[in-house]
Amino acid sequence: MASEAHGAESGGLEFHPMDQFIIKPLFGGDIINWYTPTNVTLWMALAVVAVIALMVVGTRRRAVVPSRSQSIGELAYGFVYKMVEDVAGKDAIKFFPYIMTLFMFIVFANFLGLIPMSFTTTSHFGVTVVLALLVFLTVTVVGFVKNGMGFLGLFWVSSAPLALRPILAIIELISYFVRPVSHSIRLAGNVMAGHAVIKVFAGFAAIAVVSPVSVVAITAMYGLEVLVAFIQAYVFTILTCVYLKDALHPSH
Amino acid sequence: MATTTTDAAGHAAEAASAPGMPQLDFSNWGNQIFWLLITLVVIYFVLSRIALPRIAAVLAERQGTITNDIAAAEELKAKAVEAEEAYNQALADARVEAQKIAAEAKAEIQADLDVAIQKADAEISAKAAESEKAIAEIRAGALDSIKDVADATANEVVAALGGKADAKAVTKAVADRMKG
Repeated sequence: MASEAHGAESGGLEFHPMDQFIIKPLFGGDIINWYTPTNVTLWMALAVVAVIALMVVGTRRRAVVPSRSQSIGELAYGFVYKMVEDVAGKDAIKFFPYIMTLFMFIVFANFLGLIPMSFTTTSHFGVTVVLALLVFLTVTVVGFVKNGMGFLGLFWVSSAPLALRPILAIIELISYFVRPVSHSIRLAGNVMAGHAVIKVFAGFAAIAVVSPVSVVAITAMYGLEVLVAFIQAYVFTILTCVYLKDALHPSH
Repeated sequence: MATTTTDAAGHAAEAASAPGMPQLDFSNWGNQIFWLLITLVVIYFVLSRIALPRIAAVLAERQGTITNDIAAAEELKAKAVEAEEAYNQALADARVEAQKIAAEAKAEIQADLDVAIQKADAEISAKAAESEKAIAEIRAGALDSIKDVADATANEVVAALGGKADAKAVTKAVADRMKG
């Protein structure tokens, strides 16, 4: 209702690219308490269902010659497992379920968000900040538990000239604390921007002359977003592995 | 009109609570974080308890099957090579045996042949000696006959020429001629 009134005022064209990100309670009402089931809840639950469908239902036959769904599940497993092993090292394998959880959640949240009319949970900083902070805290705790105070060697670049080391230490320290910020904003920003741009193009479709161009643009943008959905999940995961490697082997 | 205004006002209020980006409306972060943590915990347990061990087991089983199959294939290949060697060996043995038998048969035949040839040679040489003897006799006979004919002819020729030849002298002359 409100948006219609708004649209009428701006002469037929409706630009509300950010409306798709509004969090609404599922069962009516206006108040959102911490426990209220919202569209966030719904689409996270769908991500869980999708993960279970692929990784549990899809692999239920445990076939030596895999079915299609089992193949995809194994592919995802192998993809993340190899990433953890190659980037973070053999001793990071015990964090594999954790990293797999992050990857599966992000990749399914991103792809579910590409369904028209859906809600993209990973476009919210509230979600990605928690994901990034979880990684940050894990990495920091693991770093100190594994290496004790030696973990601080991460900030002391021993290969640099002695005079430069304090300055580098400050830079390293800042970059260390900026990590969760960039880690979270990169994911949410990419996803949000793509969805918003699609919505803007969709808004132009109201003009009959422009609509073919608009449809083509939306199609192209959608293709790009499919790519972004996977790449951002990949980037988030591989950065997690890189940070984990720093925690396990802090020497430069 | 009035409803439109209230709607607009309501929208304005909403816009104020979500200024531009709903992402920056911190009032519902608690809600998001709560549901996110539940989601992550559920996914974590599903993956770490069910899915990942299962896939790891399947992958290990597949690796094992492949390794076993390769080992079995190698074993079969070794067996095939062995069988081929045995076959070749048997073939070579048979060939040697055949050659031996052939050589034996050849030697036997050769021996028989030699005996037969010797016998035949002996017979031939005996016959040849006999024949030579006969020929020599015939030749001797022939020479005598020629001598007789020559004598007679010479006597006749002398007589015809009107001479009166001594038969002994003629015979001597003929014999000298025939020798010379």
